[in-house]
Amino acid sequence: MFAYIIKRLISGVIVVILVSMAVFALFWFGPEDPARPICNQQTGNRCTPDRLENFEEQMGYNNGFVSEYAAYAKGIFAGRQMEIGSTQIDCDAPCLGYSHRTFNLVWEELIDRVPATISVAAGGAVLYLLLGVPIGVAAARRRGTLGDKLLVSSFLVISSVPYYLFALLAWLYFTLIWQVPILGDSGYTPLTDNPAKWFGGLLLPWLCLGIFGCTQYTRYTRGAMVETLSEDYIRTAKAKGLKPSTVVYRHGLRSALVPVVTVFGIDLGVLLAGTIFTERIFEIQGIGRWGLQAVQSFDLPVVSATALFGAIIIVISNLIVDVIYSVLDPRVRLS
Amino acid sequence: MTIHNMPSSSTGNGDPDAFLVVEDLNVEFPTPDGPVQAVQDLSYRVGLGQTLGIVGESGSGKSVSSMAVLGLHDAQRSTITGSIKIGGQEVVGLNEPGLRKLRGNAVSMIFQDALAALHPFYRIGAQLGEAYQVHHSSASKRDARRKSIEMLDRVGIPQPDKRVDDFPHQFSGGMRQRAMIAMGLINDPSLLIADEPTTALDVTVQAQILDLLQDLQREFNSAVIIITHDLGVIAEMADDVLVMYAGRAVEYGPCKEILVAPEMPYTWGLLSSIPDVMADTDARLIPIPGNPPSLLSPPSGCSFHPRCVHVDKVPGALCATTLPELLPGGRGPHHLKRCHLANPAEIFRTEVLAEIAPKMVEEN
Amino acid sequence: MADQDTTTDDLTPERSRPGSEPQLKPQVLSFDEVAAQAHTAAQLDLSRGSVLEVDNLKMYFPVKAGGLIRRKVGDVQAVDGVSFQVPRGGSLGLVGESGCGKSTTGRLITRLYQPTGGKILFEGRDLADLSNKQLKPLRRDIQMIFQDPYTSLNPRHTVGSIIGAPLEVHKVVPKNQILPRVQELLEIVGLNPEHYNRYPNEFSGGQRQRIGIARALTLNPKLLVADEPVSALDVSIQAQVINLLQDIQKEFDVAFLFIAHDLAVVRHFCPEVAVMYLGKIVEIGDRDSIYSNAHHPYTQALLSAVPDVKQAAIGGRRERIRLEGDVPSPINPPSGCRFRTRCPIAQEICAKHEPPLLQIGKRHKVACHFPGPIHQHPDKPITARLLGTDDAGSPDPGATPSSQIANKPGYDDTWYDLDAKTFGRA
Repeated sequence: MFAYIIKRLISGVIVVILVSMAVFALFWFGPEDPARPICNQQTGNRCTPDRLENFEEQMGYNNGFVSEYAAYAKGIFAGRQMEIGSTQIDCDAPCLGYSHRTFNLVWEELIDRVPATISVAAGGAVLYLLLGVPIGVAAARRRGTLGDKLLVSSFLVISSVPYYLFALLAWLYFTLIWQVPILGDSGYTPLTDNPAKWFGGLLLPWLCLGIFGCTQYTRYTRGAMVETLSEDYIRTAKAKGLKPSTVVYRHGLRSALVPVVTVFGIDLGVLLAGTIFTERIFEIQGIGRWGLQAVQSFDLPVVSATALFGAIIIVISNLIVDVIYSVLDPRVRLS
Repeated sequence: MTIHNMPSSSTGNGDPDAFLVVEDLNVEFPTPDGPVQAVQDLSYRVGLGQTLGIVGESGSGKSVSSMAVLGLHDAQRSTITGSIKIGGQEVVGLNEPGLRKLRGNAVSMIFQDALAALHPFYRIGAQLGEAYQVHHSSASKRDARRKSIEMLDRVGIPQPDKRVDDFPHQFSGGMRQRAMIAMGLINDPSLLIADEPTTALDVTVQAQILDLLQDLQREFNSAVIIITHDLGVIAEMADDVLVMYAGRAVEYGPCKEILVAPEMPYTWGLLSSIPDVMADTDARLIPIPGNPPSLLSPPSGCSFHPRCVHVDKVPGALCATTLPELLPGGRGPHHLKRCHLANPAEIFRTEVLAEIAPKMVEEN
Repeated sequence: MADQDTTTDDLTPERSRPGSEPQLKPQVLSFDEVAAQAHTAAQLDLSRGSVLEVDNLKMYFPVKAGGLIRRKVGDVQAVDGVSFQVPRGGSLGLVGESGCGKSTTGRLITRLYQPTGGKILFEGRDLADLSNKQLKPLRRDIQMIFQDPYTSLNPRHTVGSIIGAPLEVHKVVPKNQILPRVQELLEIVGLNPEHYNRYPNEFSGGQRQRIGIARALTLNPKLLVADEPVSALDVSIQAQVINLLQDIQKEFDVAFLFIAHDLAVVRHFCPEVAVMYLGKIVEIGDRDSIYSNAHHPYTQALLSAVPDVKQAAIGGRRERIRLEGDVPSPINPPSGCRFRTRCPIAQEICAKHEPPLLQIGKRHKVACHFPGPIHQHPDKPITARLLGTDDAGSPDPGATPSSQIANKPGYDDTWYDLDAKTFGRA
C-alpha cells in the first residue's frame, strides 16, 4: 500500500511538470506576443516595436523557450533574481515570477487568494456531500415510489439549469431584490479577521454550490445504493435479523460510497482549483477570478501559477481518494 | 380452470406438529408485464432433525418459497398468501420487528455463493459477531468474538483465532462456505435453510461441506431445508423430497420413494437427464425436450404438459386443460404426485428404467 | 439432424401464450421417440489414430512483486508437463478441481496463450511456436465452446452475424452464401433457422449454448475444445446439449477435448479421461480404467466425493475418502508429488521424488509411487527401482534409473505389470 502511494506520488509529480510545461508552451508559442499587452499597458498604448523589443528582453522572451523554462523551474525550487523595469528583486523559492499586470510576486498573490478559494470550495463540497448522500440513500430505499420519482425528476430539472445562471439568479434575488440579511452580504472576509463575517459572506455561495452539487450527488448515491442493495451480502445482512437502518447504512452505504468518493475526489479538485463563476458572481477574490484576469491580460506567470496550482490540487485530491478507497475496501489495502 | 382446490389435509408428510408447516403458500410479484405467480399452492412440513430437499430448475420457485419463510420478500413488491408456521408461530403477515426476531435466530439461511453473500469490506469475525450480537443484546464485543472463534473452530477452520480477523477474500471457497455455515448456526437455529449450499464448489469440497452439514444437524437437531438442482445432493442429504416445477410442487414424498419409484414424468426426466458415475454405459441420457415455461404466461392445465413425453398416455386433452391435483399415487398416502397418468409405476418400470438403467430391469 | 424436431420449436413461452387454444395433440414426441434419439455413453474407436498430440506442455504465468519495481518473484505453474492424445473423431475428457490447469490447457491448445514449453502437435504440425499469422489457417480446424452462454456472445450482434463472423474473417464463402450457411448451422444445432436476425438476449441459456456451438461449427473444425460446456445450464437442458454434441461428433467426425469438473458428464461423453491436479496429469486412461479401476488416490477421492443418486435406493452413504484442507498454491507447489500434502497414503519418497506417469495397463497410466485399487495400495513404492532409489526415496547406489519412464503422449504396447513388478506385457 505504501509503495503504491509512492508510485502514485511519482506519477503525480510527472503530471504536474508536464502540465506546467504545456501551459508555458501554449503561451510561448501562441499567436499573441505576451509582451505586447504589458507594453501597451505600460506605455499608454504607444507601444513601438523598439519598446516591445525592450519589454521582451526584460521579460526574458528573447532567451528561448528552453532556457526560460529552465530559469522558471529553477526559481520554483531555489528562487531567482528578477528585474522589473530597472529594479532588481529577490524572488525567493518558491518563485513563480512576478505578475506582468500588477508587478507583485506571483507567490504572494497566490497565498493571498488561496484561503478564499478553499473556504468557498470546502464549504460547498461539505454541504453537497452532507445533503446529497443522505437524500440519495433515502431515495434508493424508496425507489420506485412516488416520492422517489418526484425527487429524481425535480433534481433533474435543477441540474439541467446552467450553474452560472443558477448562481446569478440566487445572487439577484437574495442580494439585489430581497436583500435578505446575512445571505445578502456575500463576499470574502478572512476567517481569522472575523469568523462571523466570514461565515455570513460565504453562506450564499456555499448554498449555491451545495444545492446545485447535491442534485448530482443524490443521483450518484442513489444509483450506487440501488445497485448495492441488490447485492447478495445485503440479503445476508437482512437474513441475520439486522434492523433495516443497520442493513442500509452499515452494510450498504460503505460499498455504495466507493464510486461516490471517486467523483467527489475529481469534483473537489476542480473546485479547489478555482470556482470561477462563484467567485465572479459573489465578488470573492479567489484563484478562479485571479486566473481569469490573468488569461485576459496575457499575464503568463500568473496563468502558469494557476495551472500549476490546479494540477497539484488535483493530484493531491486523487491521492486522498486512493487512501479513502483503501480505508473503505480492505481488498485494495491488502493487495 | 380448476386450480385452487387442493385439500391441505393431503400433505401428510411428517407429523402434523412439525417445526415448519407451510400451507397453501402463494407468492406473487407484480411486474411491468403482469403478475408473476412465482409460487402456487405450496404445502410442506419439516420436523426437527429432519431434512427436506427441494429440487427444481431455475424459475421453479424453489428459492422464492424459502425466502418467504424468512419474510425476506419486500412487502411492497410481493403478495404472499397462505400460511407459514415456524414452531407454531404464523409468519405470513407478521410485522417487521417480529420477523427480525426470527431471522438469524430460530431460522437462518445459508446462500449459494459465499463470496458474494459475505460483505467484502468486513472481517469474518465482525460479520459472525454481528449475527450473534443482534440476538444477544447483552453480549459484549469480546463475547461475540469468542463465540465467533468457537463457531469457526466448530466448522473446521484451522487456526480460528487467527482467521477470525481475515477478510472473506482471504479465505478459500470451501472455507468461505464454512464461515457462512458458522454464521448461520451461531444462534443455534431450529431451522436452517441452505440454498444451493455447494453449487459453486468443487466435488471434494462439496463432500466436506455436506458431511459438515450432516454432522451439525445431528449435533443441533435442527430442521434443515436443502434447495438444490442436484439430485445427487438430495440423495445423500434428504429425508423428504419436494420436486417443484413452474412454481408448484409436482411430487412430494420420502427421498427413497421419490428417487426409486418416482411417479411424475418431470421427475423421470430429471433422473434420465443426469449421467451417473456408476451407471452402466448402455444407459441413455434422455433429455427433457423444450425449455422451462415463462411464469408470465404459464401453460394451461399441467404446467409440464408442453414438455411431457407421456401426454399421449392420458386420454383426451386432459393434460392441456386440467391441472392435476397433488394427490397420493399408488404407493401410499405419503407419496404425492401431480399427474394424470393412471399407471405411472408401470410406465416408469417398463419404459423409462429400461432406457436409463437397462441392467436394473434385467435383474428384476 | 435427428434431434431437431424436439427443439426447433424454441422460445417456449411464445407458443403457450394465454388464449391460445390447448392443442388436442401436443407437438411433443412420445417417450420412445425421444429415447431413441438419445445417446448412450460414447465409445472409443482406436483404429483411427490421434488428431492432437500434446507433449510435455507447460504454461507458467509470471508472478510479480507488488513493490515499486515489479520484479518477477516466481511462477504460477498452471500447467506443468502435460502429455496426452486426442483420438481422431473421439473425445478426451479433462477433469479436475478448480485451479488444476484444465482450462489453461484448453486455452493453450486453441493458442489463446503462448505455451512456456512443450509441443502441441495437431495433425502432426506443432502449434506451440507458430505466430498469429501462421496460426490463422489452422484456427479454422480448432474451435472452442465456452462455459457461460451469457457472457460469451456479444449482445449487440445478431445471432446471424455471430455465427457468420468466422466465414467472413476467413473468407471461406462468398458474402451471399453466408446466410444460407448460417441457417443451415442453426438447424443443425436445433434452432429455428428463421431466427438468425434475433439477438442473444432473446434466447434462453440452453439456446445460447446452441448458438455458441453453431459458431464453433461454422468452419467445420476437426477439433472442438469444450470448456465446461454444460455446467451453467439447468439439469434438463444439460442432457439436451450433451446429446447435441454427440450428434455433432457422429455427423461431422469432430474430436473433442472436453473439459469439465462434472465427473459423471465426462464419463458419459468421453471414452478416455485425464485427471489433473495442480497442473499435472495424475491419471489418464480409458473410461473403465479411470471410473472402475482407478489407481491414484486422488482419482479415488474425487470419485468417492461425487454424490450419487442411486445411493438413495440403498440408503446411507458410499464410503468416502475425505481430503483434508485445500489445494496448495501453484506458485509454490509441494516438492515431489504435488498431491502428497493431502494424500492419505503418502510416504517419505513422495516428498523427494515426483512419481512418473507410468503405464500400468493397455490404456491406463498413473503418476503415483503406490498405485493400486482402493484400499489395496502397495506398502512399498513400486517406483523406487525405476527411479534408482531405495524405498524412502534416497539415492540407491546399486540401482540405475529406468529408461522406460518417459513423459510422452499416447500408450505403448508394453507396460509395467503391477503384479509381476516388471515391464513387458502386451
